[in-house]
Amino acid sequence: MQYQGKTWKFGDDIDTDVIIPARYLLTSDGEELAQYVMEDLDPSFPSKVQAGDIIVAGKNFGCGSSREHAPIAIQGAGVSCVIAKSYARIFYRNAINIGLPIIECPEAVDDLEEGDELEVDTTEGVVVNTRTGKSYDATQHSPYVQQIIQAGGLMAAVGERVKAQAGESAG
Amino acid sequence: MGQTMTEKILAKGAGVDEVTPGDIVEVNLDLVMTNDVTAPLSIREFQKTGLEKVFDPSKVVFVPDHFVPAKDIRSAENAKIMREFAHEQGTLYFELGRAGIEHVVLPENGLTLPGDIIIGADSHTCTYGAFNCFSTGMGSTDIAAAMATGTTWIRVPPTLKLVYTGTLPEDIGGKDLILHTIGQIGVDGGLNMVLEFTGPVIDQLPQDDRIAMCNMAIEAGADTGIFPFDDITKTWLDEVTDRPYEAVASDPDAHYERVVEIDVTNLKPVVALPHLPSNVHFADSIEDMTINQVVIGSCTNGRLSDLRAAAEVLRGREVHPNVRLIVIPGSQKVHRDASKEGLDDIFMEAGAIFSTSTCGPCLGGYMGVIADGERCVSTTNRNFRGRMGHRSAEIILSGPKVAAASAVLGRVADPSQLN
Ligand code: SF4
Repeated sequence: MQYQGKTWKFGDDIDTDVIIPARYLLTSDGEELAQYVMEDLDPSFPSKVQAGDIIVAGKNFGCGSSREHAPIAIQGAGVSCVIAKSYARIFYRNAINIGLPIIECPEAVDDLEEGDELEVDTTEGVVVNTRTGKSYDATQHSPYVQQIIQAGGLMAAVGERVKAQAGESAG
Repeated sequence: MGQTMTEKILAKGAGVDEVTPGDIVEVNLDLVMTNDVTAPLSIREFQKTGLEKVFDPSKVVFVPDHFVPAKDIRSAENAKIMREFAHEQGTLYFELGRAGIEHVVLPENGLTLPGDIIIGADSHTCTYGAFNCFSTGMGSTDIAAAMATGTTWIRVPPTLKLVYTGTLPEDIGGKDLILHTIGQIGVDGGLNMVLEFTGPVIDQLPQDDRIAMCNMAIEAGADTGIFPFDDITKTWLDEVTDRPYEAVASDPDAHYERVVEIDVTNLKPVVALPHLPSNVHFADSIEDMTINQVVIGSCTNGRLSDLRAAAEVLRGREVHPNVRLIVIPGSQKVHRDASKEGLDDIFMEAGAIFSTSTCGPCLGGYMGVIADGERCVSTTNRNFRGRMGHRSAEIILSGPKVAAASAVLGRVADPSQLN
């Protein structure tokens, strides 16, 4: 998949409490959660972020709680993909499971200034900064994770498996 | 090549002889847990599979604890979705008045046994590693898939071995040890690894302190923590269950990603200042940091031993006039045991409130949310910005004794500063 968008840059150790504070966890609706995404770091962020924009961050992005509301809020805000130096494991799984494209590309993060436009090819694992023209290789997802992405998320993959098993027992 | 205890548990769960860090394995699960925040989403996703039944109702558990007793209509609706699904499926379920905070309740009910593989839609599911099992947090969709299949995929994590040596000073509890450790290795010091807690200090450490330590493995970025099994764990488990289990031990030649030795001899009680659990300092080095609120409780420090430690400090003393002290037992059982011992009286005489069990203020839910500019000392596990309320409020993490001493003195304080 390819994405192109303007970037918003955040630092290291961005935790899920600031991505979406617990006071909003009473819903899991993406559009509703999007109204509050990142507001404790930057109260104007929910109104500034535009569909297609890209979130860029340092290491350990999404650390903290297991709330899937965090990637759902980012997805709900129309963010096309997230690029970080590294991710906390639970956030990484959650994003893959719900189909929010995320990649790791430390060099691209280091070189980038907020507002730069990026072209991202998540299938090939390539990031291009259109301001500088420089191209970067992103870390590849493991084959297992690629299968989940290709199936269209974890539940789609499980659905296929459940159907196959039902077919087997019927046959 | 030897295997760590984590590798042995995962190999068994995957039905293979051995695994290597980095392998992706599909493992059978012994327990799958969610709470009132994460369950509604898990249930919705589970229902999309078209399956009528969860894989095994005796291995699926729901615990309402984050926003219950319901703080408003929406939290009541979420708890209702979970309650109805649990009843319809015949799964394990712990209702108010017979429950409390998930990570206190499950061990109390003998559901976290050595050798088990447990996943929960809550990041502090890592707590159960104190019982020599592999236990880790995931999101709602992973849990939905697990409820359907009884399995999950895991990337076998490398292990960071922590070796605690020296003589443990009095007044130092598990919370001080883990905060000190996170201060040393950082909030990503264990990123995507397992923390294996070992050493002569650990061999003597009471089970509740081990639980508090393992609870915060996630705060070092780790997938989970794990403790060796010994008589201390066995005695604790004997009180709550007679179900059989198979403990595991690491081989002497097991491979570790990294080994960190921590000499505890010169440690003093610590606090983590805002806004990261790694911002750790000795409590007695903090001068003139006045506070507005103290919370004692949570899945980290809401057990009977924690309440006893706090009560010991508070007995015959008074909470500072500028401070609100909120004491919350981790479960109904802890609540009852504390009351039987008269700890409730000590708290209330000191001028604290003693609440029913709930996560409440720990995640800024209710029952003690903090205002703009306020400062709170808390025995919880996260001091992230906005965690307990307003984005400009400050959270200072500590163990129960430092929290109680701070409540009395109205500022961040070490128990030795009380006269
Ligand atoms: S007490 Fe706090 S950290 Fe523990 S489960 Fe509840 S909200 Fe999470």
